[in-house]
Amino acid sequence: MLDYTFQFGQIVPYLPRLLDGAVVALELAVLSFCGGLLLGTVGAALLTFAGGVVRRIIGWYVSFFTNTPQLVQIYFLYFALPDMGIVLSSFTAVLLGMTLNAGAYLTEIQRAGFESRRQSEMEAAEVLGFSRVQQIRYVILPHVARVLFPPLSNHFILMTLGTSMAAVFGVEELTGQALNINSVTFRSLEIFSVTALLYIAVTLVASALLAVIGTTVFRARMRMF
Amino acid sequence: MPRLVINGLEARYGSLKVLDGIDLDVASGDVVGLIGPSGSGKSTILRTLVGLTPPAAGSVEIDGEHIDYAKPGDVRRLRDRLAIVFQQYNLFQNMTVLQNVMIAPTKIKKRAAAEVREEAVRLLAKVGLADKLDRYPDELSGGQQQRVAIARALALRPEILLLDEVTAALDPELVSEVLDTIRVLAREGMTMLIVSHEMGFIREVSKEVVFMDAGRVVERGTPAKIFDAPEEARTRDFVSKILRH
Amino acid sequence: MWERLIEEAPRFFGYYNLVFLGKAALATVALSALGCIIGIVLGSLVALLRLTTRLPLAPLRWIAALYTEIFRRVPFLVTLMLVFFAFQLSKVDLPMFWVAAVSVTLIASAFLAEIVRAGFESVHRNQWDAAAAMNFGLLDTVRYVVLPQAWRIILPPAFGFFVLFIKDTALASQIGVIELTFAGKVLNNKGFSAVLVFGTILVAYFLVSWPLSRLGKHLEQRLASPRHQRP
Ligand SMILES: Nc1ncnc2c1ncn2[C@@H]1O[C@H](COP(=O)(O)OP(=O)(O)OP(=O)(O)O)[C@@H](O)[C@H]1O
Ligand SMILES: [Mg+2]
Repeated sequence: MLDYTFQFGQIVPYLPRLLDGAVVALELAVLSFCGGLLLGTVGAALLTFAGGVVRRIIGWYVSFFTNTPQLVQIYFLYFALPDMGIVLSSFTAVLLGMTLNAGAYLTEIQRAGFESRRQSEMEAAEVLGFSRVQQIRYVILPHVARVLFPPLSNHFILMTLGTSMAAVFGVEELTGQALNINSVTFRSLEIFSVTALLYIAVTLVASALLAVIGTTVFRARMRMF
Repeated sequence: MPRLVINGLEARYGSLKVLDGIDLDVASGDVVGLIGPSGSGKSTILRTLVGLTPPAAGSVEIDGEHIDYAKPGDVRRLRDRLAIVFQQYNLFQNMTVLQNVMIAPTKIKKRAAAEVREEAVRLLAKVGLADKLDRYPDELSGGQQQRVAIARALALRPEILLLDEVTAALDPELVSEVLDTIRVLAREGMTMLIVSHEMGFIREVSKEVVFMDAGRVVERGTPAKIFDAPEEARTRDFVSKILRH
Repeated sequence: MWERLIEEAPRFFGYYNLVFLGKAALATVALSALGCIIGIVLGSLVALLRLTTRLPLAPLRWIAALYTEIFRRVPFLVTLMLVFFAFQLSKVDLPMFWVAAVSVTLIASAFLAEIVRAGFESVHRNQWDAAAAMNFGLLDTVRYVVLPQAWRIILPPAFGFFVLFIKDTALASQIGVIELTFAGKVLNNKGFSAVLVFGTILVAYFLVSWPLSRLGKHLEQRLASPRHQRP
């Protein structure tokens, strides 16, 4: 049985470093999510509107990145690209990997959203005498935003958790800091449970914010629990 | 002696008070008809009686035994004696007609499958569905589903049967079949509380009629009194409107 | 670079390495499969607990809700570290594969509990009402009425989660579980070029994950089509 005295006191001095790490984690998550959203929007638009070859290429991109681990993708960027003469810092490699990965998932999520714009709404808009631009502005976009907001929020939370693999490459985000502090203090259980709590706190706050934005701005149906 | 006695029953959905002090009793072997406008709380009374909607106040007694709806044991014993036929049928979508009727007697009451099957087939024949035993609910018309629900309730061998709008979805010729079934049940001593918009049916089958509105009992009496000589203006209004249809 | 790849390739794809990679791929799938199979059992239990209504069970309900919230908000790597150090400190000498399997199970149970709960909630209220009115207990209701209707809703996302987690188990390489990613690191350390090694590992994951995710999509369509509504 576990015969262990928790000594949280010993890690208190290191809390600021963990908090710094949490900030880096959020930075990574936000940056890669925004990059991924850009890629995903272009990808989904191309999948919906472009011709055969382009669609097939986007399809391969999505399949490849959604069927391989992000960790190994970053390994490739970090360790294999130098062989081809491209050297990335660990932070850049992680950010690039996460962005490409997010782009693939967000392409898939957004394509489903694009396809869900309802025919009936378009017809209703036409009857009302809306122009094409007005249809997009007043009918399609709000609808797509409402449908897409919950799964996008959900993916953002998953990505925030995903930033922890940056630690493998020595990036000093939350998990990375935890590993550093662990190698100095050896209070492993205390450090990693506090780290876990910080992840829980960060994602809870993020979920709550996103739920508020989703329900008020986009009239999306969301629930926190 | 009254079999089912309800006193000051109250129920609410959130802040909405749906039942506001209902007094009602049903004597052994009697059929009581419950009528009233849509939304007056008729279904809620039946749901509260079987313990699906918790009462906010009031008391329910069956054969002199007080039911405490907060006690799972009380509710379990109560449900052994009461059966309800829902307004929306609520048939199990994953089971055939026969399975719907057999499931509770065999799996919950643990009666022998062969005996239950025989009874189920007989009950289904009684409601005119002998040829639909292996159909699924979504392959049946509303009226057919309603009759399966009646057979399912009867298979529980209840002492008191609660029927919510059982004739609403039936063809005219089937109404009389169900009516016959219910008449036979009444003769066999089945105590019944029946909610219906079919005034002719209520008038014919009920010993007593209770008219309710906005969660309260407005007036009660023999069918003749309620339909021909109501005392309350509200009752007169409702009855005249509905009979003119 | 290309010359080096061409020069290395025959050696890299030798019999020994291929067997090594094959075994590693098996470990990768087994880790996720094991975690998800135990996870769906535990997750169903957690979902079931959350459906109970009796007062004495309130603390259990509360724990079940807390569990699903917590373990869906902790990164796999952090859970892995916690489990790893917990076993290390309790001096239980468990092979690393099982340490990772416990971690996968902890997280999978939480996610699958939510998937099962959503499935239960998809069954119409009136089915629960009818069962309750006929004196079905919670277990009987779930067994005879709810599960036969909900499994078609539960299975596709549960399978999807399993496929998703195959990729997350790559992190188990960090505690030394010999799965695909770890195999990659080993081969890379032996001097094979990173392009060849990690390119191959990526392809290996793809070969495992892609057919499974196609199967998942197929499953989803098949279960959703009305022709297969019958149990
Ligand atoms: N689940 C619920 N949540 C909130 N309000 C409800 C719910 N069920 C019923 N109500 C409300 O309770 C009131 C009584 O409903 P009830 O179903 O008992 O009426 P009823 O007399 O059976 O009507 P009908 O003749 O249309 O079946 C109505 O105002 C209804 O809107
Ligand atoms: Mg009703």
